[in-house]
Amino acid sequence: MLRLECLRSIYSELQNCLVVTIMGAVAAELQSLGHRPNFFYLQHAMGLASSMGLGLALCLPEQQVIVIDGDGSLLMNLGSLSTMARYRPKKLVHVVFDNESLLSVGGFPTATSTGTDLEGIALASGIPRVATVRSVESLKAAVTDAVRGSELTTIIAKVEATGPAAYVTDLSLLENRFQFRRHVQSLKKR
Amino acid sequence: MAGADLDGRNMPVSLTNSKLIFDALKECDIRMVSALPETWLVHLIRLADDDPEMTLVRLAKEEEAVGVSAGAYFAGVKSAMLMQNHGFLASINGIVSLAHLYKIPLLMLISYRGSFGERDPWQTQGGNVTEPLLRALGIPYSFLDAVETVKKRIRQAQTLAESSLQPVALLLTRDLMWEE
Repeated sequence: MLRLECLRSIYSELQNCLVVTIMGAVAAELQSLGHRPNFFYLQHAMGLASSMGLGLALCLPEQQVIVIDGDGSLLMNLGSLSTMARYRPKKLVHVVFDNESLLSVGGFPTATSTGTDLEGIALASGIPRVATVRSVESLKAAVTDAVRGSELTTIIAKVEATGPAAYVTDLSLLENRFQFRRHVQSLKKR
Repeated sequence: MAGADLDGRNMPVSLTNSKLIFDALKECDIRMVSALPETWLVHLIRLADDDPEMTLVRLAKEEEAVGVSAGAYFAGVKSAMLMQNHGFLASINGIVSLAHLYKIPLLMLISYRGSFGERDPWQTQGGNVTEPLLRALGIPYSFLDAVETVKKRIRQAQTLAESSLQPVALLLTRDLMWEE
């Protein structure tokens, strides 16, 4: 399963959500499908995308928030699963692309390649709904269900360790930041 | 299990001054506080927990607070981070790679353990490096060290964080937090 195809399959769902992604391949691939003002790419600070999604979801409980995380990033901040589970915002969906690799720094294998089970960790952390998916169709169905539902959900999507040719895009970090903030503020005025 | 020590009643942490700090935060329209417990912060955290207008986020590790506060900032909610100076040490990558990189204002209230008067040997190393690290990171900081200036300093720190779009720190000192 290719991450780019997964992103393509859920792109229409993402259009109506506040989306926070991690750095590297995920950010570049989502931008290649079309940047939108409701997408924020956390291009560093590995592990904090889920924390930022939690902050957004707690402050804007009516807004659907989707965090697009990765195995390498999540492994750097496993405590975030326990914090999310503690407050379990109803409209937060946490998608983790698990390619068992730190792809953007040379493809070094992460601990999920040697048996660490992110689904098990998420469940044991108290995340109310957890699923692992291995096909584009099941990923799309899981994300759609999670968005329609009203329970904090973590979806582990097992993908191949391949990515785009380049990670730097023409969207500057600060341009993204100011645009995203303006977009979120405009939602509150509606 | 809420033993007496766990809620601070048997420790000489100043409830009066904790309340003073908490009220000042509320006057600055802060509605979210993220925290990890430490002795000097017990009253502040309990006050936040008991206040229905305040959202308290209890963390597993302090670096999460940088992400949570960034999310709150994008949402337009004013927040503050409560942490020990060792928690500040644990947050540094988040501060640099999220708050500094993306120009996110943060109001950090950091208990200044390991400074003059510290009896716990394990706190002393962190005390040595707190101010040098704040300076190295270019984080403007000041002290909460006297009752008369608490309210004004919190307001000033928040104002600077918001106008400069960067983290600003207030060091909570023994003189203010500890009664013995």
